[in-house]
Parts: sequence; structure tokens; C-alpha cells
Amino acid sequence: MRFVDEYRDPQIAHALAEKVGRITTKPWVLMEVCGGQTHTLMRYGIGDLLPKNVGLVHGPGCPVCVTPLELIDQAIRIAGLPNVVFTSYGDMLRVPGSHSDLFAAKAAGADVRIVYSPLDALKIAREHPERQVVFFGVGFETTAPANAMAVWHARREGLTNFSMLASHVLVPPAMRLILQSPVNRVQGFIGPGHVCTIMGTEEYRQLAEEFHVPIVVGGFEPVDLLEAISMLVAQLEEGRAEVENQYSRSVELLGNPAAMKVMRDVFEVADRKWRGIGEIPRSGLVIREEFGAHDAERVFGLGPLSVEEPRECISALVLQGLKKPIECEAFGKRCTPMTPLGAPMVSSEGACAAWHQYKRYA
Amino acid sequence: MPEVINNPAVFSCPAPIQERDRVVLGHGSGGRLSARLLRDIFLPLFSNPVLDRLEDQAVVEIGGSRLAFTTDTFVVKPLFFPGGNIGSLAVHGTVNDLAMGGATPLYLSAGFIIEEGFPLETLEQLAASMGEAAREAGVTIVTGDTKVVERGKGDGVFINTTGIGVVPPGVCLSASKARPGDLVILSGTIGDHGTAIMASREGLEFETTIVSDSAALHHLVADMLGVSYNIRCLRDPTRGGLSSTLNEIAEQSKVSIEIEEKRIPVRDEVRGACELLGLDPLYVANEGKLVAIVAPEAADDILDAMRRNARGEDAAIIGVVGADRAGMVTMRTAFGSTRIVDLLPGDQLPRIC
Repeated sequence: MRFVDEYRDPQIAHALAEKVGRITTKPWVLMEVCGGQTHTLMRYGIGDLLPKNVGLVHGPGCPVCVTPLELIDQAIRIAGLPNVVFTSYGDMLRVPGSHSDLFAAKAAGADVRIVYSPLDALKIAREHPERQVVFFGVGFETTAPANAMAVWHARREGLTNFSMLASHVLVPPAMRLILQSPVNRVQGFIGPGHVCTIMGTEEYRQLAEEFHVPIVVGGFEPVDLLEAISMLVAQLEEGRAEVENQYSRSVELLGNPAAMKVMRDVFEVADRKWRGIGEIPRSGLVIREEFGAHDAERVFGLGPLSVEEPRECISALVLQGLKKPIECEAFGKRCTPMTPLGAPMVSSEGACAAWHQYKRYA
Repeated sequence: MPEVINNPAVFSCPAPIQERDRVVLGHGSGGRLSARLLRDIFLPLFSNPVLDRLEDQAVVEIGGSRLAFTTDTFVVKPLFFPGGNIGSLAVHGTVNDLAMGGATPLYLSAGFIIEEGFPLETLEQLAASMGEAAREAGVTIVTGDTKVVERGKGDGVFINTTGIGVVPPGVCLSASKARPGDLVILSGTIGDHGTAIMASREGLEFETTIVSDSAALHHLVADMLGVSYNIRCLRDPTRGGLSSTLNEIAEQSKVSIEIEEKRIPVRDEVRGACELLGLDPLYVANEGKLVAIVAPEAADDILDAMRRNARGEDAAIIGVVGADRAGMVTMRTAFGSTRIVDLLPGDQLPRIC
């Protein structure tokens, strides 16, 4: 398959891994920011190819994992209201809230439907003017423009029965948090390729300079990741801390200005709570007041929910790269994909689920 | 800065959903939840030596003959898809469950649960497909039933088929008979049926040329048994895909199975569709493929016989049965690394990004 197989070529991958081995003289700890990158690393066993002194830790970049409990609870409450059609991407349905999940809400009678795009939800709203159609708008900067576009269209068309429960988070504030932590171990980042396709790389240059940390924006195939790792190690060995772009077939310096415009039109930056991590300043997107008629939090007036999160899972440590999933006491025992204690065990992009699926005997 | 960063002791996590008190869709996925439904509800209540073997078909002895007996219910949506429809699928599915026991399929029943308002013309089309599929497979539909439910209480039509066949003397296939050193043969490309269904499902609407592989496999099985009885087990990897089938065999035989990624045939179109949807072909359903666990000395003859049959022309040896890590299926990736091929908890969920 063209445009994929080139990036999964075992020979190229092994050559890159050998190059990393040749240029590495000191131990380095690298973090891949995105859940999709974590999934590829585990699926292809990339860690096994690298020299022992290059350590990979998994970042916070799985949107499912960092959606706060309260919001899942709100989603379940809204889905259970009469006359509501609640639409969502598939992998949000199994994420546990404080006591239930959307699959259980569906089984109990709520009209919960999996859609592949917010525009599908919009279509349901057009076809069923008598129903309130709510879309669960989750994700990083990658999904924000399409979600913004759905809200923008809803207002333009006067679709008063469409609203979005938005839970958007931003990558750079989370990286800043990790870098500011007194226990931070991360010395270089594989930057989020799809997020940068939208946003460009300027925000990352600021982080690289401020914290003197190299960031290589990387893709999602094994060869992409190995190339990004070799670029990062080269920078670290030479004492450089620059932003480089490995994923140039998708990412441009200035990102996608049209996508950023619709995001800015519909959303504004706000403080946001991250599941397992806590509130991070200016790390989320909320729907602007002028689009309030399409903001499910306003439409359904649920008010703030606060949930005490139970203790056993160490997801915050995992999401910040301080622990590996197998270092968790509950991993594979009390916490499995069947009975997830924390969100990283739920989505296939979650670090714990990726470990459990591909490497749990390691 | 959040407190957690300086004080990891306050890290916290959501409570698990340990047990479900209602059926969720994942219970029908063929993955772990389905297995739980069997283990927790049905097996303890129905337990007997035939059922407890957990084969795709029951083999019972009546008057000196060994009969294979099986039932399957079809709820596929959409009702018509490239390469077939719910009617032809209902025949192939049950014929194949009999064939996986090495049986010659003979008779089928057909039960219909029809929703009020369902077009008679469509019903006739489906019945015609069933009739044709049965004739092609050489089985006879000898009994049936129809029920009509109120509009909104069904989804167009659901079809149940039950089948009976005869198992030749000396043939004894079981998912518990795999042993270390045996080889794993796959009869052809995986993921065709599931991706054809997904691609024609409302809301996706991408154009592809992928066609379901829905087909009866008993002639292929007969060809295989024609060259060797050294076949331990046959299974058709339907819902849950190749991974679920291999996990079931590994668990029931208390062995490990290692497969090799580059030996597993997958059509380019199917790989492309799975890339788009964020799915893994290992977990996607097939309706015209089988997995055979065979003695190593018989593998070449069986493979040759399979490749001479149109239903097995892409057949390949994809792996080997091992002794350590009983119950676990692993895969050598194209990169030379090894990863687990696990059962999914429920359905594969399309990913956010």
C-alpha cells in the first residue's frame, strides 16, 4: 500500500535503529506526546530495537485518557434525558465515569450513537428537528477544527436542536507542566504530528527555547518514529535544543490557517481539568458565548459537577512519563481493558492499554 | 501548578466498572464479554459433556451415526452488502459451523423474526438468496418458522438457521486438540467480510471494491480430509476475527500460538479501509475462511489440497503451536519484534484520531 508501506519497511527501520545505537553515548529519556505514537511504538515493538540507554516514556496525548470524570458523568446525564440523541466517537463509550459509562447508558435505554464525524451528528440534527442532538466533542487540537466547524454550521443553519459537549485540550500547556515539574525526567520530545498539522510548530519553538529541550515533530508510522528518535538523540548528543520537523509530508511551519481560524471563531482558551492530572491553566478550549445556543453545558444547564477520584491508579504518573504502565501494582491484575481502573487502560491509544495489548509479559 | 506534580501521592483514578448488570453491545462481539456471558450465565445452567466442549457444533451419536448439530442467528446490518445478504449469510454461516466439525452438512431449518412493515419484496429476495445458497451448498431447508414483531421491536429481519450433518467415521476435530509443534494454516485473506459491511454501513459511505467473502466451506474441508485425517481442529474466524479464533484454540488446548505477521494474507483494499477506520484486520470478521491446526508432517499435503480449491487458493501456513505461556497468542511482527495478539474486551471501537 503506497504512502504507508514505505514507513513500515523493516530494513529502513533497522537501519535507523542502528544509527541511533551508533550516535548514542549517554543515557537519554524521550517522551512521545501522542497516544497514536504510543500505540505504534508498542505494536511494532520499537523499544526492543533501540539501545538500552535510550528510554521512551509515554506522554499525555490520548484525548480519551485525559477527559475528566465529571465530563463523562455529564455526558451520561445528558444522554439519559428524554428526547436526546447523544452522539460520540466510538472509543469514548467505554470510558468509565465515576460509576458508569456510555455503553451502560445505552443499554439502559439512552439513544447513544457512534458517529465518525461531527458532521454526521449535524446530519442527524437536520433529519430529526424534534430531537435534541448532542455531540461529544473530545480531542486535542487535531479534532477541534472539525468540531468547531459543526458548531459554526449549526449556527449558520439555525439548527437549534444541535449542541456540543466540548472537552478540548491543548498540547503545549501539558508539555509545559511536565517540563516545570521538579521530578521531570524527559529530555526530549517527539512532538504531536497531527496537532502540528493544524497548529504549526511555533508554540513548540517557544517551549524548546524556554526549557532548552529538543522537540522533533514526528509522524505515526514506525519509520517516522525511529527517524524522530534519531533526530532527537543527535540534538541531545550535540547539545542542541531546536524544533525540527520529521513529519514534513504533513506539517508546515504555520500549520493550517483556515482550520485555526474556525477554531478561534468558535472556541476560546480556558483553564481545563485533566483526568488524573488536575487543572492546567489555559489548557483547554470552551465554546464562545456567541455560540452558546450550541453549547451543551449551557443548553442543559447541568452546572459544575465535582467528583472525587478514587486512588489506586497511577494514571497521572503514567501520563507524565514518570512511571511505565507495568510499574503499576494494579496493571494486568485489578486493572485490565475489561476492568479499567483508569482511562489509559480504555482507549487503544492509552499507554496502559497499548502495553496490555502488546507487551504485558515484558 | 496542580498539587499532583509535587506530590504524586494524591494521584487518583476512576473506579472500575467491574461487573455489568445489563447486556451491552460488547456482549455480542465475540470477545471477552461474549465469553463471560457463556461462562457466567449459560454454561453453569446448561452444563453437559457435549456443550462443555465449546465447539462450533455439537457432535452427538444417534443410532450408530455421529451427527453434527449447530445453530446460529444472523442480525447483520445492512441486510444487503457487497458479496451477499443476510439470507445467503445465514446459510453459509451454519453450513460452515457444521463443516468445521468435519461434517457433511445435510439439512437446515430457517426461522425468521420479521418486523411489522417489512417489505414483502425484500423478504422474497432474501428467501431467494437463501434457496440459492442452500442449493449451491447441497443442503436442504426442511423446516422453518416465522414470527412478526411490532414495528420498532425488530430491525427489519433477523434469521436463525439450525443445521444437521453427518461426521465421517474417524474424523474427530476439536479446539482442544492442538499440541506443540502443530502448524497453523489459514485458508485465505482476512477481514474481507467485516470491512465490506463497515464500508456499506450508513454514515461511512466511502467507496471501495471490497466484497464479503461469505461462502460455504464444506467442500474445501472435504478436500482437506481427503488427503489427511491429521487435522486437529478447524475453526472459521467469524466475529472477533482471526485473533479471537486463535485465542479460543490456545485456551482450549492449553498451548501457545505464534503467528507471523508477514505470512497473513490481507488484501490491499482491506488494509486501506482498516487504516482509515483505525481497525486491525486481525479482529475483523470473515465468513468464508477457516483456520486449521494440523500435524506438521501432514501440513504440505493439506496445503496443496487447499490451494487446488478456489476457496483456499491463498492458503498459507501462518504460525506454529508452542508449549510455554499456555493460552497466549503472539505475533512476530514484520520488524522481528514480538507482540501479544489479545482478545478484545468488546467490539473494536473506531478511534478519535
